[in-house]
Amino acid sequence: MAEIKQEKFEKVLTKYVDEDGSATLEFYRGHGGYEAAERVLKEMKPGEVIEAVKESTLRGRGGAGFPCGVKWSFVPKETDKPKYLVVNADESEPGTFKDRVLMERDPHQLIEGSIISAYAIESHVCYIYIRGEYYDAFLTMQKAIDEAYEAGILGENVLGTGFRLDMTMHRGAGAYICGEETGLLSSLEGKRGLPKIKPPFPAVEGLFGCPTVVNNVETLSCVTHIFDRGVDWFKSIGPPEGPGPKLLCVSGHVERPGTYEVPMGINLLDLVNDYAGGVWKKRKLKAIIPGGTSAKILTAEECDVGMDYESLAAKDTMLGSGGVIVMDEKTNMVNALYNILRFYAHESCGQCTPCREGTGWLAKICGRILHGTGRMEDLDLMIDLAQKMCGRTICVLADAAAFPCESIVRKFRLEFYAKINAGAGHERDIHTGGPLVQPGALSAHNQERLDELRGGH
Amino acid sequence: MSGTPIEIKLFSKKAREFIEWLLGRYPNKQAALLPVLRLAEEEFGNIDDSSVMLVADTLDLSPGYVWGVLTFYTHYRREGDGKYLLQVCSTLPCALRGCDKVQRRLEEKLGIKAGETTGDGLFTLKKVECLGSCDTAPVMQVNEKYHENLDVEDLDELLETLRG
Ligand SMILES: Cc1cc2nc3c(=O)[nH]c(=O)nc-3n(C[C@H](O)[C@H](O)[C@H](O)COP(=O)(O)O)c2cc1C
Ligand code: SF4
Ligand code: FES
Repeated sequence: MAEIKQEKFEKVLTKYVDEDGSATLEFYRGHGGYEAAERVLKEMKPGEVIEAVKESTLRGRGGAGFPCGVKWSFVPKETDKPKYLVVNADESEPGTFKDRVLMERDPHQLIEGSIISAYAIESHVCYIYIRGEYYDAFLTMQKAIDEAYEAGILGENVLGTGFRLDMTMHRGAGAYICGEETGLLSSLEGKRGLPKIKPPFPAVEGLFGCPTVVNNVETLSCVTHIFDRGVDWFKSIGPPEGPGPKLLCVSGHVERPGTYEVPMGINLLDLVNDYAGGVWKKRKLKAIIPGGTSAKILTAEECDVGMDYESLAAKDTMLGSGGVIVMDEKTNMVNALYNILRFYAHESCGQCTPCREGTGWLAKICGRILHGTGRMEDLDLMIDLAQKMCGRTICVLADAAAFPCESIVRKFRLEFYAKINAGAGHERDIHTGGPLVQPGALSAHNQERLDELRGGH
Repeated sequence: MSGTPIEIKLFSKKAREFIEWLLGRYPNKQAALLPVLRLAEEEFGNIDDSSVMLVADTLDLSPGYVWGVLTFYTHYRREGDGKYLLQVCSTLPCALRGCDKVQRRLEEKLGIKAGETTGDGLFTLKKVECLGSCDTAPVMQVNEKYHENLDVEDLDELLETLRG
């Protein structure tokens, strides 16, 4: 195994996760825990906390990357309604498993960040919506919350400051769409997890019709450190448009899959090679999905890129949830895409026609290519369908299915041709009775590449 | 619902106290629906018609509404599910690391397909989506417990242990 070339970078979010007892209050306090929250609640006004988070340029770690302080500032100041803070611990984007580590190994870090955030938006009720599968994380969080109540860190008089905050764990029950913030809020209200049209945005009209901030577990854990170490420290890490420490989840064909804490902007290839031990079995890299399956794919040639919001956007993809899925040279992309599309077809909540029908058809078309009954026209059909699904639905699950589809079909078109052609021997066109791939359907260049590919079979 | 009379279920005293506490955490009863369904699952081992009636009654909701919500979610243990729910992750990162083989081996060993339950009522096999543990793929959740870095060879032993 290659030596891990750990940067001088000091881990903060996962600093203690490998230590015994890291989840206990005693351990947390022993390492300076809750000092930041106490200072903030005693010395700062809510508005100043929001300004500081704005100034830090902390962007949401759940997927969309929206500036956290800006979102908080949308919460109306003058209102008779209660305000809510909801922690998004649904972590359901395929390839993402960082929030689980944070909750299982350092629950108080999240509680502290949530206290500061609730204080900033003047909320007295916080719900942590955790996916049903995460039972250990649920138990650990519940235990930490119980400890915090007992120690006067939660409840009527938070840390002796007179601020009141109640915190409740709320378990989901297996539905990807409950990670989408409005779907999550529906679920939390005791309904089916159906997303709602925005606006109104949750900050104005969210849970039970009241102003609500929804933030990801990692985002809120970052808040703790912004007030522990300061805004300037936070801004000194990575690019100015979205700085800070970042947890990246590396999975797939690498030697050492895992959650790695890195400075925002780390080169993707360095992450894969230095941290995750490189592509497994000494194979070559084929492609990487950089931000969970909802992100567009990068070919091996495109992977020399910084892992931050702007650099990835410049490559027409996104940081998303930080789920880095690595694929080696032997990966069949038709297979991979089918797996992705099947997921979205299964998880579509069914409210919007373009999403419900689109995800279903994309999966079916890709499935028939995979199983040898595809047609040449299917590729353009998939791209056309994917494009028509984008931007026309209540939530962006439709786009999340369309992005990987369009990018994989475009970038690995020849593999799809190969599958179609391989099937063309026994499957006949239902109209003409001839082979599905007509002679001359490919350009000379593509035909050559295709022959090469088939030669390799 | 069928013509057979539905058994009347009641929550235990401990569960009723928990519900009391739970209702204090939300501004209305409906919001406690998911946690109360969980509680029913824990109390009775799964959620059947009579549990739905009980939950509906407890939260002043209609049974039809509770059914509608329950069926939206895939992670509740339902009537007819085996003692052990074998939930094999089938999403891309697990697929890249061989979850198909795990699935196939379990199907062979148990003589059932995904979605089915063994005749002795011991095992239900399910194909599920990303369990949030892709760094230890392939992964399977058995009831609440995660089994990670699965090796096809280990499965026989695991099944034996579960059979007891
Ligand atoms: C289909 C879909 C699934 C999502 N799943 C998650 C999730 O599992 N966890 C999460 O934190 N955000 C998820 N999001 C993003 C949330 O809608 C929301 O942007 C996020 O919770 C905001 O928190 P942040 O600003 O701290 O990132 C999802 C979005 C979509 C469209
Ligand atoms: S886009 Fe899909 S998942 Fe989102 S609300 Fe519409 S149907 Fe539901
Ligand atoms: S894909 Fe199996 S745990 Fe994520």
